[in-house]
Amino acid sequence: MKDLSLHILDLVENSLRAGASKVTIGVFEDTSSDTLQLLIKDNGKGMEEHVLKHVFDPFFTGQNKRKKIGLGLPLIKQLAEQCEGNVRLSSQKGKGTELIVTFKRSHIDLPPLGDIAETLVALIVANPEVEFEFVHNVDGVEWRFSSKELLEYLGVDSPEDLPAVLPAVKEWINFQEKSFREGGVNDEN
Amino acid sequence: MKIKSIEDLKRIKEEAQKNVALREGKAKYKVTVHMGTCGIAAGARQIMSAVLDEISRRNLKDVVVTQAGCIGLCDREPLISVENGSQKVLYGNLTPEKARQVVVSHLVNGQIVGEWVIHTE
Ligand code: FES
Repeated sequence: MKDLSLHILDLVENSLRAGASKVTIGVFEDTSSDTLQLLIKDNGKGMEEHVLKHVFDPFFTGQNKRKKIGLGLPLIKQLAEQCEGNVRLSSQKGKGTELIVTFKRSHIDLPPLGDIAETLVALIVANPEVEFEFVHNVDGVEWRFSSKELLEYLGVDSPEDLPAVLPAVKEWINFQEKSFREGGVNDEN
Repeated sequence: MKIKSIEDLKRIKEEAQKNVALREGKAKYKVTVHMGTCGIAAGARQIMSAVLDEISRRNLKDVVVTQAGCIGLCDREPLISVENGSQKVLYGNLTPEKARQVVVSHLVNGQIVGEWVIHTE
């Protein structure tokens, strides 16, 4: 994976497979502690303890022939450790799963965040029934949006209408990300 | 157009409402982009963007786009499938350019692009 936004896309797949109706994706950057944290939190069905123990094992495919958990978690763990960070995963049966990945922000091996807008748009279009909340915080300044609020605001209520608006939404997210990162003026939304 | 402000979004909202009014009936095609780990690493996200962009450019109103996980064909990623009623066509080894051509040929003109088909159901 060349950048963090692709890892995010891959990791959110686990939340979707767990039947989540809401997924929060957070990027928290902090200069004083020199950390970058990724948060992926869902309200899906959670994982059994015996599964939780093995999800970082790349060769674990779950017991009873169910679909494999994927390589997302082992890959992100490897990257976090390479960047002097760590991974925390907590899950409660029936309540959801929370993944927090911490990296040393200035680490030379830390890939860029990448095209976060493209990741969000891909998730939104493919899973219109799921609410995605995105939060990006740098040293206490943040911007956030919820896909549910945005689509309600845009008057989109059917999946067939999504392709027509999402390229524009992508531009909008890109612009918000860019002006936020450059510390420019932010739109109230 | 660069979407910068809330006003721009309002315009999109109006566009979207126009589109809602124009659309008739249910989706005719369902496009699924396979987004397992290998798929994503092989460029599935750009494929998704290319498909979306081409659909919005051509103003297609009867297509839904969705994602699915791994189907165990790593070496043929990125993959998409196009479903139309009972027919399902799986395309592999795509590039964003090829994906756009699939949209034009298959979704607009109803012509399957045989060259890139992995299998048909
Ligand atoms: S993601 Fe590799 S074969 Fe499915």
